[in-house]
Amino acid sequence: MSVGIVLVSHSAKLAEGLAELAAQMAPDVTIMAAGGLSDGSIGTDYDEVVAATQRADSGDGIVLLYDLGSAQMTAELAIESLADPSAAVVADGPLVEGAIAAAVAAQSGKDRQAVAEAAAAAGMPEDLSPAEPAAGGADEVELVLRNEVGLHARPAAVLVRALSAFDAEVTVRLGDQEADGHSVLALMSLGARQGDRIRVRARGPQAPAALDKAKELVDGNFGE
Amino acid sequence: MTCKAHGVAAAVRAAAAVVAEHRAELIDLDRAIGDGDHGENLNRGFAAVVAALDAGAPETPGAVLKLVATTLISKVGGAAGPLYGTAFLRASAKLGTAGDLDVPGLLDALRAGLEGVQARGKAVGGDATMVDALIPAVSAAEKAAEDGGDVAAVLTAAADAADRGAESTVDLVPRKGRASYLGERAVGHLDPGARSSALLLRAFAEAAR
Repeated sequence: MSVGIVLVSHSAKLAEGLAELAAQMAPDVTIMAAGGLSDGSIGTDYDEVVAATQRADSGDGIVLLYDLGSAQMTAELAIESLADPSAAVVADGPLVEGAIAAAVAAQSGKDRQAVAEAAAAAGMPEDLSPAEPAAGGADEVELVLRNEVGLHARPAAVLVRALSAFDAEVTVRLGDQEADGHSVLALMSLGARQGDRIRVRARGPQAPAALDKAKELVDGNFGE
Repeated sequence: MTCKAHGVAAAVRAAAAVVAEHRAELIDLDRAIGDGDHGENLNRGFAAVVAALDAGAPETPGAVLKLVATTLISKVGGAAGPLYGTAFLRASAKLGTAGDLDVPGLLDALRAGLEGVQARGKAVGGDATMVDALIPAVSAAEKAAEDGGDVAAVLTAAADAADRGAESTVDLVPRKGRASYLGERAVGHLDPGARSSALLLRAFAEAAR
């Protein structure tokens, strides 16, 4: 089981399209689209948001994301109507990036608060940092991306999900930029493409195992 | 003087008629600084409220307001749905199962409605929103009650103050909602939500006379 996600939008197409995109990176997470009014026009449908929130609840909590002003109010009102309002939370964050970050966090088994924080953090410009010289105590491996799309959305999500199983802090470097290996958006911002040479560094009790896993995924073209 | 469920229902029907009458005006106000859907949304919501009352009128004032709340929340797609919905829902909760709406109950309901709108929309006075109509309306209602006014007098005082409060939004820079995207350019425009709040209170006051 995992945290469920509800995408509240004024547009049915926007919510459905985003649910489809996020589901590609988080196949086991329940992601419900709640967009538009029942007659197909633009707006947020309270009843639909309530129904979607109930359907997204597997017992591990629900995180709702929204697009514009009144969608936030509708989402908050829907939560207040739940038998247990503490089961759900509205996450502040950009809708698209937040949904992707939340979906991957939920897929990795994160709890409701961590999923909501992942959505909110997706709006922060802290994803990349200048690479630091190799410090003591960290293991490192150099890998060449052979898959067609490089560290794009789906491969990045696959990597983040796999790394979440290890007790290790992982970073990925490309050139002089470094990204958090636990953030899909940060990895995507590196812009690592086919043929690029990345350096994966890990620190922590399971650092060697985490690097083995990263190598396995890169060498196996992320299952493409 | 108190007001029973059928009186509250009649006031709500009167409000629906006023919203229908002012639909075009609210659309024009909203088109100037928002997305132009306020008149349409509110009218659709109140038409649905009337239909719900036709289907079976609730037996207490609180239950009438709860029906208004749930219907508006479900039928109004824009910000007005959750905002007015929350206002009527909180007001309804304050009235509980009392059979009569008296002046203390009315004050409680008005205060709860304002608090609900502020909790939902996070707006304060001066943001050029419906809150700018409702804050003076609640203060005026409290003053009228202190002066011994009945339900009609309290609502009339609230409506008068709401009118003036709504007019004050013309000179304000909006800080909430779609109009806030315009910033200074929205100055000179009456806020549609403040206008509709004043219209609703006026309709309730007229119905209570």
